[in-house]
Amino acid sequence: MMILTVNGLTHQVDAEADTPLLYVLRDDLKLNAAKFGCGLGQCGSCTVMVDGKAVQSCVTPLVLLEGKQVTTLEGLGTISEPAPIQRAFMEEQAAQCGYCIAGMMMRAQALLQSNSKPTDEEIRAELQPNLCRCGTHMRILRAVRRAARLMDTADASPANHGSTP
Amino acid sequence: MTKSGIIGGLLAALCVGGAAGVFAVAWRPAIAAINPPKPQSFDTSLVKRGRELAAIGNCGDCHTARGGKSFAGGVPVPTPFGTIFSTNVTPDPETGIGRWSEAAFRRAMRSGVDRDGQHLYPTFPYDHFTNVSDEDDAALYAFLMTREPVRAPVRQNQLAFPLDHRVLVAGWKLLFLHRGTYRPDSTKSAEWNRGAYLVEGLAHCGACHTPRNALGAERTSASFAGGDVDNWRAYPINAQSPSPVPWDKEALFAYLRDGSHPDHGTARGPMAQVVGNLSEVAASDVQAIAFYMADMFGAPTPDRKRQGEAALAQAKSAPAPASRANAPGGSIYAAACATCHESGRPPPYGGINLGLSTAIAGPDPRNLANIVLSGVRPVEGERSPIMPGFAASMSDAQLAALLNFLRSRFSNQPPWAGVERTVEEARRADTTFLQTFAGPRNAAAEASQRDKP
Repeated sequence: MMILTVNGLTHQVDAEADTPLLYVLRDDLKLNAAKFGCGLGQCGSCTVMVDGKAVQSCVTPLVLLEGKQVTTLEGLGTISEPAPIQRAFMEEQAAQCGYCIAGMMMRAQALLQSNSKPTDEEIRAELQPNLCRCGTHMRILRAVRRAARLMDTADASPANHGSTP
Repeated sequence: MTKSGIIGGLLAALCVGGAAGVFAVAWRPAIAAINPPKPQSFDTSLVKRGRELAAIGNCGDCHTARGGKSFAGGVPVPTPFGTIFSTNVTPDPETGIGRWSEAAFRRAMRSGVDRDGQHLYPTFPYDHFTNVSDEDDAALYAFLMTREPVRAPVRQNQLAFPLDHRVLVAGWKLLFLHRGTYRPDSTKSAEWNRGAYLVEGLAHCGACHTPRNALGAERTSASFAGGDVDNWRAYPINAQSPSPVPWDKEALFAYLRDGSHPDHGTARGPMAQVVGNLSEVAASDVQAIAFYMADMFGAPTPDRKRQGEAALAQAKSAPAPASRANAPGGSIYAAACATCHESGRPPPYGGINLGLSTAIAGPDPRNLANIVLSGVRPVEGERSPIMPGFAASMSDAQLAALLNFLRSRFSNQPPWAGVERTVEEARRADTTFLQTFAGPRNAAAEASQRDKP
């Protein structure tokens, strides 16, 4: 039995210490935003935040998460009340097939929480581990820039969404 | 600091001891400035040759700052004595070497003196470059003088008194600089001699792989016995090599040329740049380097050979399931490492079986800690390995547990001492050494540029 805190809620999970976080999120907690892509930590579609940092959940065993705060996309906003990062991705129509987008948003969120005004270079470098096969990279870039602007306004500050580091 | 203080004192004493003698030893005349030669004045085939030589010499790595213009210098080189900044070697007349004649360039390569007659600090490895032939110096000169001139003033070195006085370097040279171009060994083959000329000269392998003495000079008695560079360990590349499978010339060639070998893994850290460069030069030169270095490693003892074969056999057999008794290190390994490192796919796309890893068999866990924290980033425009970094998800204690587990599971060496401290140091250096990772190729090695003069 492992104890896991996700989106502010503590769960008791019937899993071994070496179970990857992604499996528990999707199979046990039914949080399906994080996707299984490669299972090797090479594509980024499973990205979530752990204590405010982007982490690939497919290569993160539960044993590493004791006492840490996991945040998934579901923890940022809802369909009726999307978080700035989600609004920005919708407004820029950044998703094509959408498989990579949850991971992209989580890594972008982690970036914006530590650096509210990243340069294009910084956004590109930070999102480098996340792959998109549809080729919407330019829209994703625009969406991250838009999210930075949205978060810059007081009513949508990053502190109101997701875990604070 | 204390160490450099003592060294400083010694050097100061040396200096005061014979001021007049020192003047005679240290004074070098300026070489007249020239008008920067026109790029068209250089023979294109000479420039091309210079491009390859610059790649072998890894010039761009030290003389190009991250995100900066090629060869414009400004890279901080940390040394036990202070930080030295690399110089601008583009043909800019004011801040680069635009006003240097070929004779001035050759003098710098041969004896570490700049055009003005000032002694250069030996971070510029002229103790190796002194071996480079006039012909190759001419090609390197032609290559550098045809680069884009970049206006980039040289940054001030950060050295404590008295080391900020370049005259002291003259004393260092008396002790450690053995001037003279490479003299072939007639008892050895042409390929061996070619390899020796490159390794001991332009390629300056010993600059990282040979330990240094208190005065920062390579210990010739411990050639290739391993050294430190940019927070990485440069492994011993002689009979003391800790690699589980002994190196031979075929493996060395494949590794230096392709950046990885199925029995040894991939070249990362500062070595990534080196193999990136060597993928672009004449295969015969890489073969010669491999041939000579195989001789430096020496033929493995029968015992060593047997151990290598055993490591290979074990790597190929089905892995034993990770023991739960080793939790949490074993659990971390099972979820975070085994999926790639037990996949059986050869590098660069699969991780090597860790029983073959020199990082795990080596005398300390520094390189392993670096790699686990920062991962291996893909290199733009190259078929290169990828490994996610775990700095964001592993605490120091968890990383230490993992390293201890890997050591006990995948090597027959005794446990490492001071793993926690190494992990802390690696974490602290993390942001610094990330900058040596996967930077853009230097101009000397860009494939798209290869056929251009």
